[in-house]
Amino acid sequence: MTPAVVFFYIFASVLCLAAFMVITARNPVHSVMFLILAFVASSGLFLLIGAEFLAMLLVVVYVGAVAVLFLFVVMMLDVDFAELKQGFLQYLPIGALIGGLVVIELVLVVGGFIATPSGGGHVQTPTPAAASNVMALGEVLYTRYFYLFQAAGFVLLTAMVGAIVLTLHHKPGVKRQNIAAQNARTRAGAIDIVKVPSGRGLEAAE
Amino acid sequence: MIGHALPEFILALGILAMLLLGALGGEKRAWLVTELAIGVLGLALVACLFQPSGATVLFNGLLVDDAFGRFMKALSLVGSIATLLMAMAWFRRRGLDQYEFPVLVCLATLGMMILISADNLMALYLGLELMSLALYVIAAYARADARASEAGLKYFVLGALSSGLLLYGASLIYGFAGTLGFAGIAAELQGPASLGIIFGLTFLMAGLAFKMSVVPFHMWTPDVYEGAPTPVTAFFASAPKIAAIAITLRLVSVAFPGISGEWRQIIIFMSVASMALGAFGAIGQTNIKRLMAYSSIGHMGFALVGLAAGTAQGVEGVMLYMTIYLVMTLGTFAAIIAMEIKGQAVENIADLAGLSSTNFPMAFFLAMMMFSLAGIPPLAGFFAKWYVFVAAIHAGLYVMAVLGVLASAVAAFYYLRIVKVMFFDAAGASFDRASLTLRSLLAGAGVLVMVFWVWPGPVVAVTHHAARALMQGQKP
Amino acid sequence: MIDAIVFLPLLGALVAGLSGSSLSARNAEVLTTGLLMLAALLSWVAFFQYGLGGAPLDVHVIANWMTAGKLSVDWALRVDTMTVVMLVVVTTVSSLVHLYSIGYMADDPSRPRFFAYLSLFTFAMLMLVTADNLVQLFFGWEGVGLASYLLIGFWYEKPSANAAAIKAFVVNRVGDFGFALGIFLVFALTGSVSFDTIFAAAPGLAHKTIHVFGLDANAMTVACLLLFMGAMGKSAQFLLHTWLPDAMEGPTPVSALIHAATMVTAGVFMVARLSPLFEFSPVALSVVTIVGGMTAFFAATVGLVQNDIKRVIAYSTCSQLGYMFVAMGVGGYSLGMFHLFTHAFFKALLFLGAGSVIHAMHHEQDMRNMGGLRKDIPFTFWMMTIGTLALTGFPFTAGYYSKDAIIEAAYASHRFGAVFAWAMVVIAAGLTSFYSWRLVFMTFFGTRGALAVAGHHDDHAHDDRAHDDHGHGDHGHVPHESPLTMLVPLAVLALGALFAGLLFRNSFIGEGFAGFWKHALFLAPGNHLLHNMEEVPTYISLLPTLMMVVGFVVAWLMYIRWPGSAARLAGANPLLYKFLLNKWYFDELYDFLFVRPAFWIGRLFWKGGDGAVIDGLGPDGIASRTLDVTAQVVRLQSGYVYHYAFAMMLGVAAFISWYLAGGVH
Repeated sequence: MTPAVVFFYIFASVLCLAAFMVITARNPVHSVMFLILAFVASSGLFLLIGAEFLAMLLVVVYVGAVAVLFLFVVMMLDVDFAELKQGFLQYLPIGALIGGLVVIELVLVVGGFIATPSGGGHVQTPTPAAASNVMALGEVLYTRYFYLFQAAGFVLLTAMVGAIVLTLHHKPGVKRQNIAAQNARTRAGAIDIVKVPSGRGLEAAE
Repeated sequence: MIGHALPEFILALGILAMLLLGALGGEKRAWLVTELAIGVLGLALVACLFQPSGATVLFNGLLVDDAFGRFMKALSLVGSIATLLMAMAWFRRRGLDQYEFPVLVCLATLGMMILISADNLMALYLGLELMSLALYVIAAYARADARASEAGLKYFVLGALSSGLLLYGASLIYGFAGTLGFAGIAAELQGPASLGIIFGLTFLMAGLAFKMSVVPFHMWTPDVYEGAPTPVTAFFASAPKIAAIAITLRLVSVAFPGISGEWRQIIIFMSVASMALGAFGAIGQTNIKRLMAYSSIGHMGFALVGLAAGTAQGVEGVMLYMTIYLVMTLGTFAAIIAMEIKGQAVENIADLAGLSSTNFPMAFFLAMMMFSLAGIPPLAGFFAKWYVFVAAIHAGLYVMAVLGVLASAVAAFYYLRIVKVMFFDAAGASFDRASLTLRSLLAGAGVLVMVFWVWPGPVVAVTHHAARALMQGQKP
Repeated sequence: MIDAIVFLPLLGALVAGLSGSSLSARNAEVLTTGLLMLAALLSWVAFFQYGLGGAPLDVHVIANWMTAGKLSVDWALRVDTMTVVMLVVVTTVSSLVHLYSIGYMADDPSRPRFFAYLSLFTFAMLMLVTADNLVQLFFGWEGVGLASYLLIGFWYEKPSANAAAIKAFVVNRVGDFGFALGIFLVFALTGSVSFDTIFAAAPGLAHKTIHVFGLDANAMTVACLLLFMGAMGKSAQFLLHTWLPDAMEGPTPVSALIHAATMVTAGVFMVARLSPLFEFSPVALSVVTIVGGMTAFFAATVGLVQNDIKRVIAYSTCSQLGYMFVAMGVGGYSLGMFHLFTHAFFKALLFLGAGSVIHAMHHEQDMRNMGGLRKDIPFTFWMMTIGTLALTGFPFTAGYYSKDAIIEAAYASHRFGAVFAWAMVVIAAGLTSFYSWRLVFMTFFGTRGALAVAGHHDDHAHDDRAHDDHGHGDHGHVPHESPLTMLVPLAVLALGALFAGLLFRNSFIGEGFAGFWKHALFLAPGNHLLHNMEEVPTYISLLPTLMMVVGFVVAWLMYIRWPGSAARLAGANPLLYKFLLNKWYFDELYDFLFVRPAFWIGRLFWKGGDGAVIDGLGPDGIASRTLDVTAQVVRLQSGYVYHYAFAMMLGVAAFISWYLAGGVH
């Protein structure tokens, strides 16, 4: 048993366990933590197959950005998970039945794949021998998959536009700080000197 | 080479220009951006129609430009243009006329273009996601409206699930076929099909079926159709459906002709179940948008009858069906959008009561739409069903054809009920005078539906040619 | 000319019926009556031309009606002696009835409708008698049936009138069913419906057989019996007679025209017209004889005890039709036609006279409420007496010649059943005399019935409408003579009743027989009936007259000499009296045998078959099942995202399980 195999099983079992805990943990913060663990474990798997760029990307983007964002949201929102999970037990038997069925079927199919790797061996884009991960990726990304790269760009653009549309509120009557306007104020435009007659109060002045 | 992807390029550049214009000009430019969007879509449509004939594969087999794709793209573009035309005034009246809406519609349309032309599972997925993401946003576009937000959220959650299924299927197929290109997959499937491929295709079909809203992946449709703003519903019912049907046709005919015996089983089930559910579900509805949701489920079922045949004739039937469906849907939604009483939109079937006495032209054309949707000859809707059923019968699917006819008989009930409400019930409050755009859209659709039988030749010729071109990859 | 005779009434009917209120009632009356009188005049011209004169058979083809395969039917008018006899009867009586109705219906608000119906009826009857083929005959046959239905139910506010109209229509359907089958069979046998072709083919078919109900039957007999079934329905013969008395619900002129003089004789006419067929079927002729004799007797017995003046005459009509059929059955077609001819005059006279009485009594029809009217309405009295004399066969009146000839013929004939028929008609002659005089005595002699005072209002409250204005005015209940428009027709008909026999006897049944009928009637080579009648013993010839006298004397004794003896007699024989009063319980029997089972079956099919099975499993069932399914489908749409997601997963799981299990290959 080579170290690679040992590490594969370690990472794989941690990944499965963490994924399971994500959906069963009582505390949502714990769920996010397990999610981070799952990400880390899968980046380890990427490392094992030599995809170090993807592994780093996973850690940086998902652990560093996405998961942390999740954590913020979960902490900021007072989500009552107990209420959300109310139907859990009620639907557990039938859900488990269907889920178990699908799992068994998939195992059968994947087992067949290992026994007869008929379609295996083909790789869409083999890694060039004398090139780093990043370089190989970059080469195909901007040449061969240029079209998809652009399309992915539009997907992200859409996400951005969508987020703005759905969240940015231009409420009328909201007072915002306008520094230029603040700086441009003069004495004349800002204050009024009023002479108040004694004994008459402010009403007389107006 | 660029010429073959010209519609996509026009659209992509147009979107960027619109975004810049909107971002710099602010809210005041919304109207201008909408008009620009219509122009860009129109330009893309022209480019699409005048592309050189024949099939060309571009971008290392990621995109294919062929007659089938051009036809379906043109239909999608027509749907998007009509949506924007209908939406402009509607959103302005509700203070929702932000420039992002036309941009999002164009983004969704761009996604449809990529989807329809996809010749590779990755391109398929990206096109689908681009389209879906934009659709999720515009479903919730009227964010002040709780129903719209709910609709958007539901659509998003379920859409994410369907995307997950689709991705899972794609990875299974990659694992078993070793390639993502449609042609490559077809080449791998020469021998007996492995179960893994079939499973992959099943998951893939589940993802696509969600977009087509066929049973059992239809559940989102009524809720989203009802909750979303009416012009958005019109959009959902038209353009994305065409794109989803188109890529399904392309996927199964180009990538999986070798296992047509297998995938036809799923299609047959989904088709029959959708026809039945569409027919029965709509009867109980009082909200016309919800009714149209069930109607669209049923119509997708009918369209899939042609695909279930698995022949070029069947594909031709589906293309014709979608063409006529597009016209009928746009016409009907033009009428639904015009349902406003004193500036307030109304959506109940009961609100149509006595329309024939308050607004006869609208009642007449809407009745024509209903008759056509029900498939009553000699209106276009009848021929749509006719073509797919003939294809099914030629393919030996007699039981299915009979079930389809029975379902359309049940469905006729609720279409005719609307006609009855309009013509025989006591008149209620009359609708506001609809804009010229809506009126001409309704009348135009009505005339098309009514005169289709006079001169169906050109459309039939184009679809005939395109369907044969698509099926060329299939072994004789 | 023949066109004018046939189509002038149609013109009148269309103008009066369709012009609505733009034509005043007076104009409608004048128009239809005028046109009818013109037609009557032309008919008499035709009668002298074709009947008494020497004009040959004339078939006037108007147009082709339909051609389908071998079947070719023309609209054609056939004019021969038979036709012109009927033309004269129909148009004369009809024009007189039109005239009479002007007076009789003077207070009715729907007079244009009434006159349109009358003229329509006349047109249909003329189409019937001028038919040159069976299909046109059937057209006229159904046309008069329709007009009869409309006229019986003319006062459609009265439920009894509606019921009577429906009854007449339905009972006639039974006969018409047979008639239609007969036409089909004749067409199947001869390949034609045209009279000339059929008659030419008839001798060759005399011994042909067809397979019916597992038996080999003589084709001609089957055809003739089926055709006779139609005649039985239309002419109210025994078993199919029940509608005729009820038909008296219609206005009295209608009864005179349709239910005495013309329509009910259509059956007789049809048998005579088809004599070339019947002559070849002795069996059918025997049936005709027996049915005719039975009817003559049966109707006469019922007529003995009826109290409604019109019903008495209705049963009398029924009985006299039986006489005519006896004549037909024994081969004396000319005798039957002659009786038809004379009967038309005196029976129309009696009906119109009865109408005059009823008019005088403010639409009172029960004879028990009458009496002593002789002094109030003397003209009507004398007219009724003339009619009665003619009906009972008083020497040298019309009935004397025609009816007594039939009785002699029945005696002289050797046909199976003729003896029975002879016995029946002889007895019936006595009964006829009795009930006819009973009618006259009860109506015109004695004192006004006790019921007249007490029950007058109640009794006829339902009878009528629109008579309040003249019925309950200051002149109270004093009977009054009818207007001139009603009396003139009576006088004309009285002339006919008195002299029609004397004048035309020679032509119809005497030495002028051959020259008069020419080829309109067919007699088989063995038919020597007229010759045999010459050899009937004198006492037989006198027998009918004797019966007439006996009937008169008995009636006189019971109603004039010893009033009240009739009631005592009825009281002494309650069973017989009830039996006769209830018309031999035929209505009750039919109600039990046919009406109630028909209603039961109808209800079974309606409630059970249509309602429960067809609607339940069909439209309603499918519709409600559809709604059930819809409810289920809508229930699925819970609105919960996880339900939706679960449905999707379930779908995927089902699909892959399906494939794993092997799918369908």
